[in-house]
Amino acid sequence: MGEQSGLPGFGRAEGDFSRVDVHRLVQALQGVLPAASVLHDPEDLRPYECDGMAALRQMPLVVVLPETEAQVVAILKICAGQGVPVVARGAGTGLSGGAQPHRFGVVLSLARLRRIIAIDAHARRAVVQPGVRNLAISEAAAPHGLYYAPDPSSQIACTIGGNVAENSGGVHCLKYGLTIHNLLKVRGVTINGDIVEFGSLGLDAPGYDLLPLVTGSEGMLAVVTEVTVKLTPKPQLAQCVLAAFDDVVKAGDAVARIIAAGIIPAGLEMMDQPATAAVEEFVHAGYPLDAKAILLCESDGTPEEVSEEIGRVRALLEEAGATEVRVSRDEAERLRFWAGRKAAFPAAGRISPDYYCMDGTIPRKRLGEMLQAIQAMEKKYAMRCINVFHAGDGNLHPLILFDANKPGDQHTAEAFGAEILELSVALGGTITGEHGVGIEKINQMCSQFATSEIAAFHRIKAAFDPAGLLNPGKAIPTLNRCAEYGRERMGASRPAAHPDLPRF
Amino acid sequence: MRWTSVDDLIRQWRERVREAAASGRALCLRGGGTKRFLGRPEQGELLDTRDCSGIVNYEPSELVVTVRAGTPLAELEAELATRGQMLAFEPPHFGPGATVGGCVAAGLAGPRRAAVGGVRDFILGARLIDGRGELLRFGGEVMKNVAGYDVSRVLAGSLGTLGLIVDLSLKVLPRPVAEASLRFEMDEAAALHRLNVWGGQPLPISASAWQDGILELRLSGAAAAVDAAMARLGGERVPDAVAEARWHGLREQTAAFFTAAGLPGPLWRLSLPSDALAIELGGAQLVEWGGAQRWLRSDLPPGEIRGRVGALGGHASLFRNGVRDGEVFHPLTAPMQALQRNLKNAFDPAGVFNPGRLYEGF
Ligand SMILES: Cc1cc2nc3c(=O)[nH]c(=O)nc-3n(C[C@H](O)[C@H](O)[C@H](O)COP(=O)(O)OP(=O)(O)OC[C@H]3O[C@@H](n4cnc5c(N)ncnc54)[C@H](O)[C@@H]3O)c2cc1C
Repeated sequence: MGEQSGLPGFGRAEGDFSRVDVHRLVQALQGVLPAASVLHDPEDLRPYECDGMAALRQMPLVVVLPETEAQVVAILKICAGQGVPVVARGAGTGLSGGAQPHRFGVVLSLARLRRIIAIDAHARRAVVQPGVRNLAISEAAAPHGLYYAPDPSSQIACTIGGNVAENSGGVHCLKYGLTIHNLLKVRGVTINGDIVEFGSLGLDAPGYDLLPLVTGSEGMLAVVTEVTVKLTPKPQLAQCVLAAFDDVVKAGDAVARIIAAGIIPAGLEMMDQPATAAVEEFVHAGYPLDAKAILLCESDGTPEEVSEEIGRVRALLEEAGATEVRVSRDEAERLRFWAGRKAAFPAAGRISPDYYCMDGTIPRKRLGEMLQAIQAMEKKYAMRCINVFHAGDGNLHPLILFDANKPGDQHTAEAFGAEILELSVALGGTITGEHGVGIEKINQMCSQFATSEIAAFHRIKAAFDPAGLLNPGKAIPTLNRCAEYGRERMGASRPAAHPDLPRF
Repeated sequence: MRWTSVDDLIRQWRERVREAAASGRALCLRGGGTKRFLGRPEQGELLDTRDCSGIVNYEPSELVVTVRAGTPLAELEAELATRGQMLAFEPPHFGPGATVGGCVAAGLAGPRRAAVGGVRDFILGARLIDGRGELLRFGGEVMKNVAGYDVSRVLAGSLGTLGLIVDLSLKVLPRPVAEASLRFEMDEAAALHRLNVWGGQPLPISASAWQDGILELRLSGAAAAVDAAMARLGGERVPDAVAEARWHGLREQTAAFFTAAGLPGPLWRLSLPSDALAIELGGAQLVEWGGAQRWLRSDLPPGEIRGRVGALGGHASLFRNGVRDGEVFHPLTAPMQALQRNLKNAFDPAGVFNPGRLYEGF
């Protein structure tokens, strides 16, 4: 048996959906949804043509806005019956083009399934519909002294369904885990309209544990219709240490020392000097501007625990050569320390017409190498890059600054980004820590995974969706694409070969 | 088996899998054999994973260890302990020979499960040989990785039915600085209530057990946090040596509840919402994981046990003894069963690995 036996057709080459009959489709959808829930006028479709990766735009044929799970089932049955691609969509804040529409497909927006079904304080869980915003869960749980721990910077806007689909993280996931670690149960609908529950209200489920397979699957395996999350007791106190360094490598070393000393801080974030300057100008957090890097290290727990940990962290930072160490004196100061880090993306948007956010993860000890390489790339591509990191877990967010209105800038930024991703893989890491592959990083999947592994992913997809209708063309590249990308990469390694070859 | 390097061994294993697939034979994957009692009966020709042993890479400051599947669990835990770290999910060994691969395939976690997460929560990556004889790598050695489907975590609890695990990258955690155990007298209903109430408060509870009118708690964390919690919770302090033996006895199931001959029936494992009220199922029960895992020794018919537990949103597995060639794990809904079968076929179309160990047919 060869490595490619049992490979579904969509694993070799992208499916051809050009024969989808839009009139027949709209008619069938109108049969199961109120007229106002089926959009097909180009003007109504426009807001859905892209997600947070705004450089990639594509109009869908139809957008549907169901209000119940039964309507989701009916929509999927129609799409399965007519062979129509379906792209699920939450708030559209995804940064990798995962919710970008399919030109012959339906966008299935879950935005109207936005009910918090239950907050069970005694059992510390919340049952919510997929369109509920991440922060809304914590707000609803707050009166009980509980919150939902994963806190992506986009938390005021992004939906829990999108969080599940991307396995999103946040600045506190070093201690509190990613989305997967904070889920009990996900209820979803498969393309043929079956309702399936992954996980359970207990801590495990019988048979294969498919919860981690569905989590992070980018809308490719099932449409999420209900999520049961764990709620975490709010720590009594949180305090943040801000440390400045005259060298990024020293800052990286300080991170390693903290972890090696047996401390798992609630948050551990790093910014380089250009990033610090950009956010300081924007939010006036009081960051030291002469530092080459700053670290934010948060400690939470009981007051006794926090003061013990902060004392140890301070000593370790000083040993690692910090030029300045500040400890937040009150909640207002703690929030000010964080305000800058959390505003990194908008700050980048303020100093540059456009920015391109990367998301590789590398073993932490390779940080110095990565930063030096990025500096060299800034020269090579004549483009600036500011760096913010989830330093505790090695997840990097280099923000490449460019101007989409300048001819060629977009492509240069993409080439710059692709080189960072390739290096992340070469350093023993991954092309995406939390933003997903989507369409943006689909080529680099071919660098991270061997053909046999990509084929295995396609077989998994086919186990759930044999016709390949859920979010086709995303997350897992076809083998043909990888073959082409391999040739292109070899070409690109020769100086100045095809400098303006489109990467997507 | 003769082999000169791990690469050679992998080559031999791949060949063996291909031959088995081509000739329609099954392979029985086994490490130390300490968990042979789990699941449905073993089938097929033995493949001993212990030939593939050793720690490949350990980076204490990255909180990651990569280890070959046949490595003794005890060897790995001893190495982690030298750097003040641990496998936080406290996997049971159930015997001296337990291997890391078997630990992941069995997917069992110990007393700390409810506080820190289970086996799958600590898996970062894996290499495995699938039923086509392909060597596949999923995940990696980094904490955050969403490239491709998260296959390595699905291996937890798959009982060797998806592939032959070659090596694993696991997240490790520092050992807590301080630990202390407390003991309270209360009935089951009161214990379940208190455990859920405490679970909603920022308390460093790292393990719990209720049996026969006694609730025991373990606190772990910074010394200051453990002291503060002791002052707040009250109860009677259990001497450290006694406590350590108790938690070990629960983790390894050497405690009297699991070994006593006087108790009826086979051993059932009930996985329930932590807040499910006490359920009377005849026999005796021991409650762990804040109420989310309950051990039952009872002679009631399996259908009745499963029906009652299922109605509360939980599931019941026949853990030890009893009739093992029927279904030992909770029945799946029809659509879920179809997905699981399809997944098995995606990895192992010829049914080479441990056929029928999980459910009839896969
Ligand atoms: C300013 C900014 C900051 C950000 N910060 C972070 C951060 O700190 N950490 C982080 O991890 N991410 C971050 N993100 C990325 C993004 O917010 C997350 O990926 C988020 O989870 C996406 O949620 P959404 O509701 O917007 O999903 P969408 O963008 O609508 O969709 C994302 C993917 O999920 C699928 N999907 C959505 N809903 C469902 C469903 N119900 N069922 C099945 N599939 C579904 C879509 O098909 C798509 O593939 C940030 C984005 C922005 C713009």
